[in-house]
Amino acid sequence: MHEYSIVASLIDRVEREASVHGATRVNRLHVAIGELSGVERELLQTAFETFRERSICRGAELSIRWVAACWTCSDCAQELDPEAVLRCRLCGRPAKLRCGDEIVLERIEMEAPDV
Amino acid sequence: MCETCGCGDPDIVPVEVQERILSDNDAQATHNREHFEAAGVLAVNLMGSPGSGKTALLEATARAVGDTLRLGAVSGDLATDRDADRLSTAGIESQSITTGSACHLDARLVHHALHHALHHAAWKDCDIFFIENVGNLVCPAIYDLGQKANVVALSVTEGEDKPLKYPVMFRKADLVLLTKVDLLPHLDFDLGALEDALAHVMPEPRLLQVSGRTGQGLDAWLHWLEARRPTRRSSHSSIHGHDRDHHAP
Repeated sequence: MHEYSIVASLIDRVEREASVHGATRVNRLHVAIGELSGVERELLQTAFETFRERSICRGAELSIRWVAACWTCSDCAQELDPEAVLRCRLCGRPAKLRCGDEIVLERIEMEAPDV
Repeated sequence: MCETCGCGDPDIVPVEVQERILSDNDAQATHNREHFEAAGVLAVNLMGSPGSGKTALLEATARAVGDTLRLGAVSGDLATDRDADRLSTAGIESQSITTGSACHLDARLVHHALHHALHHAAWKDCDIFFIENVGNLVCPAIYDLGQKANVVALSVTEGEDKPLKYPVMFRKADLVLLTKVDLLPHLDFDLGALEDALAHVMPEPRLLQVSGRTGQGLDAWLHWLEARRPTRRSSHSSIHGHDRDHHAP
């Protein structure tokens, strides 16, 4: 259940950003979560809904952009088939994860009269 | 003006961040890594299921190295100091990190142990420092602790398909240790199936078979560790004096 500690870090980060911008309220957070990040979407939502009430995120929505894993060859950039062995079928080199391990806060929508 | 959802509310502003949510942990891990590198210590994050044989492996490692290397460790556990006590008995400078309900170690917990719990245990004088993570194949994989290498212990009784079930953990592994291999004659374990599973989750799978009980495979394990040890030790205090006031990120 590391989703709870991830949400704690998320809310800390949002509170810092809200403070910098003099925000009075946060409406929505946009995060990107990768298929191979080890973070479970539904648990993240549940954890956020639990923790947001005691923070500036009270009433805010969490919008999660799910990012599928994408492996490519580390040498020739050939994209690997899903479920394949993580070696390039053309040149045999080890694959590299191009995307799919994101745990990223992308954007915050906040009410900030001074901005 | 809100331009994101089109609601037109003049007071709603979108603020771009584009930052890892665990950036604070990442910064702390970088700080820990600087400590280890400055002290010339190889730090290894040892992960695996409860009962996969992590502690027994470290006990066997201590027996195998004898007086040739100095080993240190912290052991993460939800409750009890049992693992750290076992390691101390085996001759490893060790300390517990009792996490309570937390299912993983994070960089701040490790940093605290380095500065407080282990301050007088001379971890800086260790050649290899093991961070024995909480027994769990999910959560520990997400947190960088400042280690040089990730090692995952997988025991033969857990089954060949564990890498496919826990791809995040195995993808992060620099080495997988198949433990308790002395039990193989009593099991229907399919080594080829394990190797195939690893090839689906690790671009460059590395697997060693070991038994803490018989000592099988420990030579290869020690060779793997030795190849990753820093060649030269710099003056730790010149980088970061532990006796001075210290402000972690």
